[in-house]
Amino acid sequence: MTSDVATRTPGSRRDSVDGSRGRAALRGLLRWETALAGVLIATLIFGSSTSSTFLSSTNLFYIGLNMGEIAIMALPLTLIIITGEIDLSVASMLGLSGTVMGVLFSHGWPVWLAMVAALVVGALGGTLNGVLVAKLGLPSIAVTIGTLTLFRGIAEILLAPRTITGFPPSLTKIGVAPVPGTQVAYSAAIFLILAVVAGVVLHAAPLGRALVAIGLQREAAQFAGIRVNRIKFWLFVLSGVMCAFAGILFTLKNASVSYDAGTGLELNVVAIVLFGGVSIFGGRGTVVGVVLSVAIVGCLQQALTQRNVQPEVQNIILGVLLLISVVIPNGGEAIRRIRDRARRRA
Amino acid sequence: MSTAVITPTPTARPRRLESLLRARELGIALAIIVVFGLTTLNNHAFAHAASIQQLLTGAALIALLGVGETMVIVTRNVDLSVGSVVGLSAYIVGDLFKHHHQMPVVAGFAVAIGLGAAIGAINGLVTTVARVPSLVVTLAMLYIVRGIDGVIVNGKTIDPASIPQAFITFGYRSLVGIPWLAIIVAVVVAAAGYAMRSFRWGRDLYAIGSNPDAAALAGIPSGRRVFTAFLVSGALAGLAGALFLAIHAQVDVTGGIGYELSVIAAVVVGGVAIFGGAALGALLLNTINQALVATKISSFWNEAIAGALLLAAIAFDRWLSLRVARNLRSAEGAHRDL
Repeated sequence: MTSDVATRTPGSRRDSVDGSRGRAALRGLLRWETALAGVLIATLIFGSSTSSTFLSSTNLFYIGLNMGEIAIMALPLTLIIITGEIDLSVASMLGLSGTVMGVLFSHGWPVWLAMVAALVVGALGGTLNGVLVAKLGLPSIAVTIGTLTLFRGIAEILLAPRTITGFPPSLTKIGVAPVPGTQVAYSAAIFLILAVVAGVVLHAAPLGRALVAIGLQREAAQFAGIRVNRIKFWLFVLSGVMCAFAGILFTLKNASVSYDAGTGLELNVVAIVLFGGVSIFGGRGTVVGVVLSVAIVGCLQQALTQRNVQPEVQNIILGVLLLISVVIPNGGEAIRRIRDRARRRA
Repeated sequence: MSTAVITPTPTARPRRLESLLRARELGIALAIIVVFGLTTLNNHAFAHAASIQQLLTGAALIALLGVGETMVIVTRNVDLSVGSVVGLSAYIVGDLFKHHHQMPVVAGFAVAIGLGAAIGAINGLVTTVARVPSLVVTLAMLYIVRGIDGVIVNGKTIDPASIPQAFITFGYRSLVGIPWLAIIVAVVVAAAGYAMRSFRWGRDLYAIGSNPDAAALAGIPSGRRVFTAFLVSGALAGLAGALFLAIHAQVDVTGGIGYELSVIAAVVVGGVAIFGGAALGALLLNTINQALVATKISSFWNEAIAGALLLAAIAFDRWLSLRVARNLRSAEGAHRDL
């Protein structure tokens, strides 16, 4: 039954869940992650044909460096979208956290204390989102567009128009050096560890099943004894803390921070999660898909940049990928519907 | 996840709600007057005609985009592509004028509206035919249209010299002291408001948003109506692009970036359920923006205030709908007692 519930496609939301449909959906789901793996291999082949050093460890280090923070923010967002909500304030929280850390550091705070303060701000921001969405029941898309503006605005008040630099080189070296003994960027390594944790929680723990249940049928989940609002509240707090953490990494990587750090990244994060096969309606999605999606986008960007493809064209490619990723799962049903209508007319 | 930003109010609403909604309109108008008054006390130049014209001009584009966005949001959808459409339309019209200097001004507007409508049609078709959430479709279109814009612009800028004077005058000329822009926007808001209130398809949009299943059972062609809403939103974004070019007399690849969030903010602050709310919301946000400049309070406060207002508006809407629901329930109870 659980696998049935977990693998329902958004198209089947209003239909009853019977065994054959569940199996068909399972096949569809397998196909989606398989398709992503195929796309990743194609991207790697494309990249290798671009330059013989594409699969070199240096190149992979840079791909990890580029994607690390976005990828870390994508994990809590994956869980949030699976419960049927959304958090658009992630990139503003990244900027606010970096700003708080920079401002306190410039006031003479020890850098580690400034980092802790940034994490606390992340928790507070997440709490605000959580209270408004889970306690007051406001629509998360509207709330987080509001906090997107609010968080960025507070960062602007605190720091604009200055830029803070001068962080200890022992910390900022994470922007130029990999984890000792490997060729993996720090943020990428942290992402991989967190992804394993998220994967275990989502796919092998009762909490994960609760998240999927909330996304599929909120009321049913409530009646089944799942504390829907409490879980949603803590997910938003988690998202705030993780985005603040990403903000610290982002600041250290650049060895500087201004209030507009990471402006507009929220759309990239959402695009990556959705391309990873997480349904915007909630109730469907895997961590594996999101990890593959991160890898595809990172490798593709690197390969296109090495081919001197303009960033504008890269934007078009990202947009088309996103569109394809939602149209294809629904495409079969749409064609069937159109054929039915034509038949009825005839 | 439903992409509705705010639950639209049902078509048949009790008189009490009607009056509360009017209170909302009045409240925003009052807020504008209070901000305006306080700022004028601090800086007398704020009440000068030129300054007021600037207030109206600055709010015009967002208000115009808000009209289309309202139609889309009322149906529980959202259009994130408007900012990119503004940028693309502004540049293409500018480029046409640059290469065909004799092109009539009307043709410029026609191209802009046609281009926007075409993109809106794609949004509407993908959303309704493939039944894909509009949040994702229009997010993808935001990237795609901005990307196409970047390829076409290719680092160039349209400068004032390549745009006919007759076109630029739309940006600053005024009729008996009221900027042309504000008049155009007021006409569009009034026309759309009338259509939403009195035309069948306008009422249908509310019905679809209130209860999609009930709307389908009532025989409303939901797909066609939602498509129309996206078409209108796209066409208005195209028009806004042409006006953007007229106001600024130049455009590069950054034109219209981030407008989508300002528009949604204006729509939500104004209250989705009342028509014309978006225009009031845009005017309030722009008045605060200009007031911060005029009072020499750092304009860095602007974004935070806008965010706080947005959250307050969302919470207020929720309170309103809870109150209405309670009133409806108690009214039913009264009936049963009789």
